[in-house]
Amino acid sequence: MSEFEKKVIEFKEKIKNSKNLFELNQISSEIFSKNGIINSEFKKLGSLSPDEKKNFAANINSSKKELSELFSKKSNEVLDKEIIDKVNKEKIDVTLPEKDFRIGKVHPVSQVIDEISCIFSEVGFSVEEGPDVENEYNNFTALNTPKNHPAKDMHDTFYLDEEMKTLLRTHTSPVQVRTMLKGKPPFKIIAPGRTYRSDSDQTHTPMFHQLEGLHIDKDINMGHLKGCLNYFIKEFFEIEKIKMRFRPSHFPFTEPSAEVDIGYRMENNKIIIGEGDKWLEILGCGMVHPNVLRNCKVDPNKFQGFAFGIGIDRLAMLKYGINDLRSFFECDYRWLNHYGFDPLDVPTNYRGLSR
Amino acid sequence: MKFTKDWLSDHLNTKKSEQQIIEKLNGIGLEVENVEHAKSELSDFIVAKIVKANKHPNADRLKLCDVEIGAKETIKVVCGAPNAQEGLLTIYAPPGSIIPKNGMKLEVTKIRGETSYGMLCSEAELKLSKDSGGIISLSQKYTGSIGKPYFKSKNNNNVIELSITPNRPDCLGVRGIARDLYACGYGNLKEIKKVKFSKTSKHTLRVKIEKDKNQACSIFGSCLIKNVTNKESPRWLKDRILSLGLRPISAVVDVTNYVMFDLNRPLHAYDLDKIKNSITVRNSKRGEIIKALDNKTYTLKENMCVISDDMGPLGLGGIIGGVRSGTEMDTKNILIESAYFDPIITRKTSKELEINSDAKFRFERGIDPQSVKEGLEMAAKLIIKICGGETSNIDIQETKKFKNKIIKFNSKIVSKIIGIKINEKDVINILTKLGFEAKKKSKLIEIKIPTWRPDIFGEIDLVEEIIRILGFDNIKSIEPKKNRLKPTLNFYQKHFHLAQRSVASKGYYETITWSFSDEKINNKFKENLKTIKIINPISSELGVLRNSLYPNLIYYMEKNLNRGFSDQSLFEIGPVFTSKKPGDQITIVCGVKKRQHDEQDHLGEKKIDVFDIKRDLIQSLVELGVDRNEMLLKDISPSYYHPGISGSIFSKDKRSLLAHFGQLHPKIINETFGFEILLENLVNLKKKNKKIRNSLVLSDYQKSERDFAFLISKNMNAQSLVDAIKNTDESLIKKIKIFDVYEGENIPSDKKSIALKVTIQSDDKTLNDSDLINISDKIVKSVEQHTGAQLRS
Repeated sequence: MSEFEKKVIEFKEKIKNSKNLFELNQISSEIFSKNGIINSEFKKLGSLSPDEKKNFAANINSSKKELSELFSKKSNEVLDKEIIDKVNKEKIDVTLPEKDFRIGKVHPVSQVIDEISCIFSEVGFSVEEGPDVENEYNNFTALNTPKNHPAKDMHDTFYLDEEMKTLLRTHTSPVQVRTMLKGKPPFKIIAPGRTYRSDSDQTHTPMFHQLEGLHIDKDINMGHLKGCLNYFIKEFFEIEKIKMRFRPSHFPFTEPSAEVDIGYRMENNKIIIGEGDKWLEILGCGMVHPNVLRNCKVDPNKFQGFAFGIGIDRLAMLKYGINDLRSFFECDYRWLNHYGFDPLDVPTNYRGLSR
Repeated sequence: MKFTKDWLSDHLNTKKSEQQIIEKLNGIGLEVENVEHAKSELSDFIVAKIVKANKHPNADRLKLCDVEIGAKETIKVVCGAPNAQEGLLTIYAPPGSIIPKNGMKLEVTKIRGETSYGMLCSEAELKLSKDSGGIISLSQKYTGSIGKPYFKSKNNNNVIELSITPNRPDCLGVRGIARDLYACGYGNLKEIKKVKFSKTSKHTLRVKIEKDKNQACSIFGSCLIKNVTNKESPRWLKDRILSLGLRPISAVVDVTNYVMFDLNRPLHAYDLDKIKNSITVRNSKRGEIIKALDNKTYTLKENMCVISDDMGPLGLGGIIGGVRSGTEMDTKNILIESAYFDPIITRKTSKELEINSDAKFRFERGIDPQSVKEGLEMAAKLIIKICGGETSNIDIQETKKFKNKIIKFNSKIVSKIIGIKINEKDVINILTKLGFEAKKKSKLIEIKIPTWRPDIFGEIDLVEEIIRILGFDNIKSIEPKKNRLKPTLNFYQKHFHLAQRSVASKGYYETITWSFSDEKINNKFKENLKTIKIINPISSELGVLRNSLYPNLIYYMEKNLNRGFSDQSLFEIGPVFTSKKPGDQITIVCGVKKRQHDEQDHLGEKKIDVFDIKRDLIQSLVELGVDRNEMLLKDISPSYYHPGISGSIFSKDKRSLLAHFGQLHPKIINETFGFEILLENLVNLKKKNKKIRNSLVLSDYQKSERDFAFLISKNMNAQSLVDAIKNTDESLIKKIKIFDVYEGENIPSDKKSIALKVTIQSDDKTLNDSDLINISDKIVKSVEQHTGAQLRS
């Protein structure tokens, strides 16, 4: 047995017995470094004859392969063991609370506006807006509501000047006027927004939200009005069967005018929308009065159509079982948390309105 | 408007049930608001049983009785009758009922310290006999009737209450309601019988309408009825008046009220003997005084319509009568007025004086000017029948003739508006039944509008009449078409929705607060804006339009703090008003954040600081599409922020202000942070930038990092250092990250040390050592030049 072969056996033993990475590195350098046993043995090649060389080199290479395989096997073992030892010492109580996270909330009124926009978007309506401060003309006169008419009693108006020329809009209907004045028919719009009336009690707040709808074209008649609102109410309440009735009413800006009631019943002091023998008024609508069209530079002999106005807060209350209108504006943290919506819940057509 | 079916049948022969009528009324636009059992004078009095008769603790002759009235529990009644004893069946009058003997309305009262809920009645009190010796004793056969009315009412009607829209004054009378039902095929309208008086005297009082400017009165009809014996109304009339929710007063007054509700024809009765010489209808002079029948005294302004005699105003035309000439039980001679007053002028006067009356309610909606005579005749007939006397001829002063409006009607428009075919015959039939006169004129129909319908102006109003009577159920619903004219949301609206959900997703709760706010709080935030006052606010705390979203948010945040929520993030997205001109409003997204933990948690998280709010703000701005590199930070901000801990974000070109953020000024609120995004500015900035993204340039050459530490004056900000570095060579300097800020030992007291890591990379070659040295030198020089900072050795 040559000196080299002895050393190989010796190092094999050393590798096997090594305990840690440090020892292994030591051994590795003794074997594989420039002056390690392998290289030292190769240096002897120079003094050998070509025939001997072949054999000699083959022997060294085979030993080198054996050693390096053994070495990498062992070093993996040692490495694993070291990780395992370390891991066994590490322990964190993961039942301690996670880092803070917050889920914000979107107000139910905002959510319902998005739901409504989504529903009307599906049938081609676009969203328009108007300012909260309006002039007397857009809010009343253009909408065929004459001065000193009892119809104005229905609107307790906040005024910003003594001459009663500027006011906070009492409904979203002035957006109709603005939309028609700045464009050309046809019109197919909805307009959600804040509205104001100087009224404050159990069921009224000085500010609330309305949604205006307007569809003007050459041949839009009451059948379209009925179809549109039927579609909206079914989609909005996400109920298969819902009873609806159109009841004639009066608004200065529509003629004929109607109010729409939906059926409901009471169960444990909660309103259940759908069927039942009671009626709940939820919106006003009608065919846009020719005077309004004329005031908005639309020729009533060529164009006609419908308009409607819906109380958004009320719809939110009905759909989501919220009892007190005033609570919408009181910003109670508990209320916002309970009735608010996850910002990821964006109402869409393909995903559905609500979870 | 209230009526009973019984009253309705005075005008309408119908076999329809009450329920059918109610449904029909809803179907034709006369909304039924309420249906309740008719009150008659005696229906309040119910059979009751004394369960226990205790001695009154404070009075020897009184008893404190437990009375069974058919309810779950017995009630306590104090009674002085000797026969009030246990087991007695008697008649009980509840609080609110009116005792026939003296007309007194019962109330809950304390009698010698004991509360009595109502009264047990004697025969005299109920006017059954003169016996007042004790309370009524009923036989045992009434045992089963405890709790039920004692008097069997003939009047077993329900009172139907309608909510009449302001366009339909004609339905403020039972006649008008009957006419609408007749038009629907619900029975036959009875004709009103012509009144003939066997004998009439001469009308002797001079009546004159002054030709004043804006004279409200254009017709004044009157008749005199002499030698009447005014008295209580008969039962039928009292019941009708009671069913309206009114109190019977006397036959003369009750008759005028009755005619008003029957024909929608307001009348007024004067005591003729109290009228001095003559009647003049004229405009008031400033300062004239009238004591009205509501027992209030009104001082009149100029040009209010008054009915006056030689002494002064007797009443306000179309609104209310005066006390001076009012009728009483002993009135012998009366004058009945039936007039026409202009709706607008009447409304104006009543608004100025703040008077509401049934007459005013009707005149401001428009009374049929052609009903003057009919009303007088009906009233005179009834008064003579009840009170005797003799009527004069009717005198009618008239300054204006009311002609019927004529509308040329193309009946094709009906189908065009309502979407179903309706033939002309049906159109004419409906209109005729409603009292319109229709005459065919070649292709059109000439429609004569009855004077009781002041709401009909044009063809479209006739269309409404037709579909109203036909019923909306007949309209065929047409499925909505999906054609689209414009995208649902415009560019701005998309950003509104995105901003809302972006901020919410950072853990903020969305609130909606009033657009108005408390002037005192608002003043702290209005900066240079003008206060916009509401002339008629709901309360002084909501007296101005808000100039900022902070006032309300902070108000409600503090309320939540008081509820124990020390950790809050709230936001609102909504309008802020910059002047009272329509459209002078901007949309602000405003967030506020507060965390009041005193102790750290196990993760070492502590109180929030300005960088929490800055992170939320900047992340939202980035989510809204503003590149972080496009933002220019400045340490200036409005005065309601902490001057040392706040800043503003501008666009890179400094032209657009995008946001403010920082700690709110401690004199306003403690340890609260907030931000405001100016949404319109942001959207306009994005509009200018192209939607197409820059082509993506990725450099494959090696990047190098170099660390620098600069000593910089304390009052210079980090941004200026970063800007100075960036300006050196924007194409090579890819990233600058501040990793340390240090003040204190080893550093001059007016300086701070800022350490930054600069990433340098070329897009077209690998930089060699000399390139890097070159750029580093440039950086140091640029920093020195722009900020005065020195490289820390």
